[in-house]
Amino acid sequence: MIPDLRAIRRLYAIFFFALFLFFLTMMNGEDLQGYETDWLLALDPLTGLSVILTSGMLYSALAWSVLIVVLTLFFGRFFCSWICPLGILNQFTGYLFSFLRPKEDYARNRYRSYFSLKYYILLSLLVLSLFGALQIGLFDPLALITRSFILGIFPALQQWNLPLGTSQMLVHGGVGLALIFIALILANRFIPRFWCRTLCPLGALLGVLSWRAPFRIRRNVDRCTDCMACMRHCQGACDPQGELRISECHVCLNCIRECPHDALHFGLPGEKSSIHAPIDVSRRRLVETTVAAALFHPMLSSADSSRTEPLPGVIRPPGSLPESDFLARCIKCGACMKVCPTHVLQPALLESGIEGVWTPILIPKLGYCEHHCVLCGQVCPTAAIRPISVAEKVGVGGFKTPVKLGTAFYDRGRCLPWAMQTECIVCEEMCPTSPKAIWYQKKKVVDREGQVKVLKQPFVDPELCIGCGICENKCPVQDLPAIRVSSVGESRSKDNQMILRSGR
Amino acid sequence: MTAALAAGFAAGGYWFYDETPYYEKKEILKDLKEFRMDPTAIGSEIAVVRGSDHTRMVRALLTQLGGLEAFIKPGERVLLKPNIGWDRQPEQAANTGPELVEAMVVACREAGAGKVLVTDVSLNDPKRCFHRSGIGPIALKAGAEVVIPTERDFVATVMKGDRLKSWPVAEIFHQVDRVINLPIVKHHSLSGATLAMKNWFGAIGGARNRLHQDIHVSIADLGATFRPTLTVMDATRVLLRNGPTGGSLDDVARRDTLIAGVDEVAVDAWSLRLLDKTPEEIPFLAYAQARGLGMADLSKVRIHEQQIG
Repeated sequence: MIPDLRAIRRLYAIFFFALFLFFLTMMNGEDLQGYETDWLLALDPLTGLSVILTSGMLYSALAWSVLIVVLTLFFGRFFCSWICPLGILNQFTGYLFSFLRPKEDYARNRYRSYFSLKYYILLSLLVLSLFGALQIGLFDPLALITRSFILGIFPALQQWNLPLGTSQMLVHGGVGLALIFIALILANRFIPRFWCRTLCPLGALLGVLSWRAPFRIRRNVDRCTDCMACMRHCQGACDPQGELRISECHVCLNCIRECPHDALHFGLPGEKSSIHAPIDVSRRRLVETTVAAALFHPMLSSADSSRTEPLPGVIRPPGSLPESDFLARCIKCGACMKVCPTHVLQPALLESGIEGVWTPILIPKLGYCEHHCVLCGQVCPTAAIRPISVAEKVGVGGFKTPVKLGTAFYDRGRCLPWAMQTECIVCEEMCPTSPKAIWYQKKKVVDREGQVKVLKQPFVDPELCIGCGICENKCPVQDLPAIRVSSVGESRSKDNQMILRSGR
Repeated sequence: MTAALAAGFAAGGYWFYDETPYYEKKEILKDLKEFRMDPTAIGSEIAVVRGSDHTRMVRALLTQLGGLEAFIKPGERVLLKPNIGWDRQPEQAANTGPELVEAMVVACREAGAGKVLVTDVSLNDPKRCFHRSGIGPIALKAGAEVVIPTERDFVATVMKGDRLKSWPVAEIFHQVDRVINLPIVKHHSLSGATLAMKNWFGAIGGARNRLHQDIHVSIADLGATFRPTLTVMDATRVLLRNGPTGGSLDDVARRDTLIAGVDEVAVDAWSLRLLDKTPEEIPFLAYAQARGLGMADLSKVRIHEQQIG
């Protein structure tokens, strides 16, 4: 009795998709601690490989990705149908859409030559990584689905008042992320698993790795009647009815179930097994892609970006690496933004340049960095944000100085005690450092009616300010606060400083 | 068919036709309930107790004031309003001490309260504030219900103030029978001190940071609106500087004192001495007394002091 492999695959798929959702809901900061919620993201060999290329190391949990590499060498692209949440979601929605088309419509699962695009996407991303520019986050399926759920789906669900545990998140440029994701899912209506077949660079990498996999779909040419039934639910469009394209096969095992003649099996070759087709890439195109990516990199790095100079709005989370190292690590997955209790962490649009799209920045109008919170570093899969302790962040217990994210500056033309002769200093009340970075001088002023008032006019002490942004967030001047944080003074940068300190 | 459609459109045009360009949305205001047993009495009588065992101290205070049974009827829903504004630990004295909250939950349950609830509108992330202040866990353990208002849990409410006429108030204040204020004595740069009346900032939502622009009148306005059944002030640990957030233990002094009374103006006036200040230095107390909210002049207040243990 041969076990029903498709049923087993479905159980795995349900398990891993549930695990994905579970990890997302665990990233809520409710218990004030980080869990190993980055485990699924860390299974990703594409993240592992490209972070090795950009930073020369396989950080911590990313070592799990080696396990996927080894298993892929033997069993092919099983990851795509068994583990990858985006693959599973694409497969499931493709399955639902299949009811909309005639039973005999096998052509949707026919191989198309443009499916080879993903190999060139993979190659160009790896070439860029080699030069130190990590852009895999744009296309990596785990980063993509994590980001889409965190910044697209969850905030939308919150609009319906569902008990999701966290307060409503307002997303900087949010609808764009949601629309990209919806478009990718709807594409399954026309080409099932369009993303996985055409664009996914992780699928391409796993496809290359599975090239010599001994365990694969085998077709017994004697039993096969060329009825094409195996194509009907084929996920990879990998031609199980002909010369199987092993690098396209998602190991969904649907073809085995569909075959009325028991001609297909998954495993080692039998006597009458068919031969297999090579990866559909041309050497000339590979060279062209390499050259194009190599030429693109200097253009990218000649842009005015946070890598080349300090930018005021690029306020990074506490524990972030120096900017060029940060950009070499961040895969734009958004996990830090999910766990942030005040939602100050937001996906950048062009604030830090093209390279930094969707990397986390602080937007203090939307939140502030909670003084004793270090959750973002706990969930970061690549340590673009180092996992720092609360003691390191606030600068106690052996740590001489707190982690500074930037510095707050008064806009005296808008500040009520400075410009409007009105009492306020909410900023001073909120300032979490001890002693407070915001201090005041009492000043006698004469108002329009000639009345003498004593006002407390606030100042920022740049030595004490940590750039948390609570002053900006709580400033009663609502639209453009009268105190605003910019990145200067951030501890992670040697250059982005302004005060002359002894010993530096 | 076409004639029917044409008639339908014509009728629709007539139905929706209006000359007024815009109708202002009417805000429906709710009134807070009366939380005091006897709304007219300003019992200018306060009790002060020094000691280390909060259960015994609370019991002594309440006995002095005639027992908690004199303030709540059996089965009533009692809301405790400690200061849980900040993500700070009890030792840092930025929030009401969890020991007082626990003792008060127990006392309310013993006095026959149907349900005891604990709430505050925090300034830092509320989950962190409730957890790290120690109040969330200990209140649950003592048998109270913890209410953390979200952005949606506020209702426009009548304010009986000179400056404030209406403001959003946490809905839970409209859903209980009695409210007991559990503030803490703290330094505050703008108002001079955070005390009992200042603690009502933690009952309201909206742009409450704007109240700073006329903070003394605002505090008195809040005091005129929220008339708690009883006030029990925590002065176990007192934050002397860098208030109201604190953070450094160097700024905290142990005073091991609780102050209670119905008249929160008198409670505030007495508590100021723990910050080395006098009622004359704090304008909101004079406003409050002038409006008849209570007695800031301590020579007209009966003060019972005792030491326990």
